[in-house]
This record gives sequence, C-alpha cells and structure tokens, in this order.
Amino acid sequence: VSRILSCRSDRVSGALLLLLALFVLWQNLSYPLGNLAEPGAGFVPLFLGLALAAVSMAIIFGGGSSRSLKVIGWAEAPRVVLILAAFAGAALALERVGYRLTIFGLLVFLIGVVERKPVIPTATAAIGFSALTYFVFVHLLEVQLPRGPLGL
Amino acid sequence: MEALQNLLHGFAIGLTPSILVYAFIGCVIGTLVGMLPGVGPLAGISLLLPATFGLNPVVGIILLAGVYYGAMYGGSTTSILMRIPGEAASVMTCVDGYAMTQQGRAGPALAIAAIGSFVAGTVSTVGLMFLAPALAEFALRFGPPEYTALLLFGIFMLAYMSTSSMSKMLAMEVVGLLLGMIGIDAMTGHTRFTFGVVSLGDGVGIVPVVVGLFGLSEILLTATDNAKARPAKPSLSQLVPTRQDLLESVAPITRGSLLGFLIGTIPGSAHVISSFISYGLEKKLSAHPERFGKGAIEGVAGPESANNAAATGAFVPMLALGIPTGPITAVMLAALIVHGITPGPTLIQEQPTLFWGFVASMYIGNVVLLILNLPMIGLFVNLLRIPYSYLYPCIICFCLVAVYCVQNNVVDVWITLVAGIAGYALRKLGYDVAPIALGLVLAPMLELSVRQSLAMSAGSYSIFIERPIALTLILALALLIVFATRPFRSLSDWRKSAGLMSE
Repeated sequence: VSRILSCRSDRVSGALLLLLALFVLWQNLSYPLGNLAEPGAGFVPLFLGLALAAVSMAIIFGGGSSRSLKVIGWAEAPRVVLILAAFAGAALALERVGYRLTIFGLLVFLIGVVERKPVIPTATAAIGFSALTYFVFVHLLEVQLPRGPLGL
Repeated sequence: MEALQNLLHGFAIGLTPSILVYAFIGCVIGTLVGMLPGVGPLAGISLLLPATFGLNPVVGIILLAGVYYGAMYGGSTTSILMRIPGEAASVMTCVDGYAMTQQGRAGPALAIAAIGSFVAGTVSTVGLMFLAPALAEFALRFGPPEYTALLLFGIFMLAYMSTSSMSKMLAMEVVGLLLGMIGIDAMTGHTRFTFGVVSLGDGVGIVPVVVGLFGLSEILLTATDNAKARPAKPSLSQLVPTRQDLLESVAPITRGSLLGFLIGTIPGSAHVISSFISYGLEKKLSAHPERFGKGAIEGVAGPESANNAAATGAFVPMLALGIPTGPITAVMLAALIVHGITPGPTLIQEQPTLFWGFVASMYIGNVVLLILNLPMIGLFVNLLRIPYSYLYPCIICFCLVAVYCVQNNVVDVWITLVAGIAGYALRKLGYDVAPIALGLVLAPMLELSVRQSLAMSAGSYSIFIERPIALTLILALALLIVFATRPFRSLSDWRKSAGLMSE
C-alpha cells in the first residue's frame, strides 16, 4: 500500500484513464465501424477511445511533478466508505421496503451511527424528514414514490 | 421595436400570479442552494428537475432559471460572512468579502454584492433579449458540418478556458462523450456498452450523473467537515454602503457586467472563469492594487457582477442554438426536452411564449432576489447555523429521491452511486468533473452531426472546409490549438494574469 501511495497522482490517474480507453477500444471491436460515407455504430466511439488514450498518455508523461497520493490526504476515507455503504443499502431497500422506511433508516444510520448524535434528535430528524418530504413530493408535487409491503 | 413588443408579451406572461409564485420559489431555493456548501446550482437544479415534470414548460424553466441565478446571489453570502464559497463562482468574493467582514464591514460587502448582482443580472438580460433572437436567425444557416465544427470548437474552448490542466479537462470531456455513447445507436439501432443492463438501452441520464458527480461527491469530500462557525448576522441598518463604497463600485460593476455576459456566451464554467478574470482585471486597473486581499470593495463588486452576468449570458447559446455551454444549461435543456420542446435555432420562433416569458421572468427574478438578499438576509443566515452533521444526511436523501423520481428507476440510483465515487476520486486527484456532464449532453449531437456530415459528402472530410461558417470555426479551432501548444505558450500569459493558471 505504501508503494502505491508514493506514486504520483497524475501518473496513477492517467494510467487508469488509459486502461479505460483500452477497454473502450476492446469493447468497440464488436460494433460495426461502417465506412466513411456511412459510418457505423463503432465509428465515433473508436475516435473517442483513441483520443482518450492520447490524452491519458499526455497526463502520464506530464505528471512527473504532480503530488503523490500520500500527500493528497485521505483522512475522510473511512467515513466516505460508511456513507457510500449507507447509500448502496438505501438503493437496495428503496423499492423493497418503501420510501419512508428507507429514508428513516438512512437518516438514523447517518445521524445516529456515523455522526453519533443523541437518540431523540436523530429520531425526530429521521421521522420528520421522511414524513415531510413524502408529503411534499407525493401530495404537493404529485411525484410517485415507492411504498413497501407495510404501505409505508 | 419588435423586441419591446415581445417583451411586453413576456411581461404579460411573467406577471401572472402562478409564474410570479414559481419565480419567487425558484429564487428562494436558489438563494438557499447557493448558500449551502455542498449543494451548488447544478445539484440544486438537478434535484428540483423531477418536480418540474408536472408543470407547464414555461413555469418549469422559469423555476429552474430562478434556482440558477438565485444561487449566484446566494453564493456570495457564505463567502462574505464565513469565507466558505457556497458555489465555485464565489471563490473570488471570499478574498475581499471576508476581509471586509473581519473589519466589521460585512453589511456594505453584502449590499454591494447584491446591488452588483442586480445590475449585472438586468444588463445581461437586456443582452440576452437582443442577442439570442439575432443569433438564432443566423444559426438557421447551420447544417451538420457547421454544428460539428461548433461543437468541436466548444469542446476545445472549454479545455482552453479551464482553471486546471488542459489535458485533464480534455480527458474529462472525452469520458463524458463516451458516457453519451452508451445505449442504442439512433442511426443503426445497435446497442452499445450496456453490458446486458436493459435500462441502459436509453442511455445514461444527465440527472443521475450530475447528482453523483457534484452532489454526492461534494458530501464525500466534506465528510469530516464539522466546523461549528457561527456566521455574523448584519442588521438592515448595517447594510447601507457609504457614498465612497458606491462610487468605488460603479466601474467594477459595469465592467463585470459586460465582461461576464461576453464570457457567459462561450463554453466553459463561465460563471467561475468570469469572476476570476474580473478580479484580475480590477486589481490590474486599480490605482492601489495593494488593497486587494485586504478588504477592497472592488474585489467584491467586480467578480459578483461578472458571475451573475455570465449566468445569464450562458442562456444565449442555449436558447438560440440549443447548445449548452456548461452542465447547468445542459440540465435545463434536458428539462425542455422532457416537456417535448426541441431546442435549436427555431425555438424562439416556435415557442415565443417560453422565450419572452423567460426573459421577463429574469427581470422580475432580479428584483425578487435584490429584496431577498438585502432586507431578508438575516433570515437566510439562520440556515447556516444548522449543524452540518444533520444537514448532509438530508442532502443525501434529497439526492436519492431526486434521482429516483426522474424515471422511477432504481438503476439511476446506482448510476448516481458510481458517479459519486468517480467524482470523489477524480476531484481528489485534481480533475474538474464539469466537462463529463457537458460531454454527456453533447455526445448525441456531436455523433449525429459528424455522421450526417460524412453521409452528406459521401465520406469526404472536405465538407468541413468547403462551407464558410464551418471553415471559420475550424480555423478558430486550429488557432486555439496553436495557442495551447508549448512553443506559443507565452501568448497565453493572460491566463496567468487572470488567475486561471498557477504562475
């Protein structure tokens, strides 16, 4: 890990973009290129893949003086992982348990567990926000939101 | 004369109670969005987009425009009071605005920012009113080759005018264009890059990508930011600027308005760039440049006027050509498309109610925002006292619901998650993610115009240099590439002096 963190940020990001370009070009092999008078579905993606490969190389070669990954600082990373996990959990739950329960659970997790706030303010914020936004979206703006098996 | 008659027609629409109410709501939401760190105008507009689906298109676009220029006004408040730019265009306002707050002059700084924004918003709306119809008429001569040349010029211009590395900007633009290739090819019916996910057949939507790249990633970047700053709350009497303040601000506001409007019409993060250039210009023209950074009111008046004027200037190519100059106008174009309105040079002729109602609403919106940002500033400042640990979970919930509501499709929520992770990583690594959103919107237009041009010429690239307008744009593009290359780098020194490039 320390070897990776000592790498120059532009070199790492440029290499990842180059990999993306190569993946695009490889995927693009399955689409017809057509001809100049009648370009096919793979015509423009081919040029874009080549362009991405070229600018990625420029980033890699010009990135010798960029900051190392370690210098950038990743202090917030553990909390980022928790927030992303909560968001993914909410995406999984949304259509299964309904909007209000999902939002309630998401807020309880983020405010109560991640931010370690007291129970009563957390519950008040979670219940109030989920009920209020449901009312605004469904009844005032007439937007359809999913309901779970409990009708919530 | 015809423009004035049309404007009167616009005011007849803009002054109807329902439009006034939605313009007011848009301005209030925009002011809040601009003030809150983590929710810029782009994320704010994207979050509100689903709510406009049930509205009349005129009302919907006026609501979203209110959010946009409201955010430009609101962004200055946190910059001046707390040294936290609510959105990127207010970064330069932090410098002298916060210095004025430290000297006990927050009131005049807020007042000059609001007055400058009002003047710039009004002046640039006049520009929009006269320039957009003329440009639209000219653009009727555009065919696929001209659109191809214009889009390529715009894409390269965005990279050239950027505040970060050109190669990184170009890379982000290409990534955006590649994202726009996902889905069924409109000309041949081939499905591309969907990896078996049926929902991707219609392509990747702009809203989930934008909410992820800007909304979610901003929350992730500020995840440890729990500052408990208590902003100052100036009273109404403290807001009155002195005669000296007003005299010193007249010229910067005038210059900022004109400069901002012109920069706003060209592609790029115009409202951000214009505020940087305006600050550099004011410092250069000042008889006492040493005052800048220590509370010079010109350092607030110029950039604040410029970013508001640029916000309006960006509507010129959007309404006249149907081409977005940045991700914000791209989302607004998406809103028009959802309502069945085809953006392009014929929009002003075919939808006069929409265009002139929109123009009139901008005059009205500027008056509303002046009222909101002066006497009611104390009310808005209270919002900044909500602890961030309660605020950001609510913003995440808004991101989730807004994305889901667009198509009632949970795949969009997953796209937001992926875009959020990508946005977080890219921003940590020094990339500007705005070009991804722009590329995503421009991709179908660029692909269609390239393929139609080649089909028209039976495969000959000479079509791009045989037609005068396309040739002019290609030459301008070539000139830009020459300026950007190393041997001619000294010619681009203006970017350094304007603060766009590090020394």
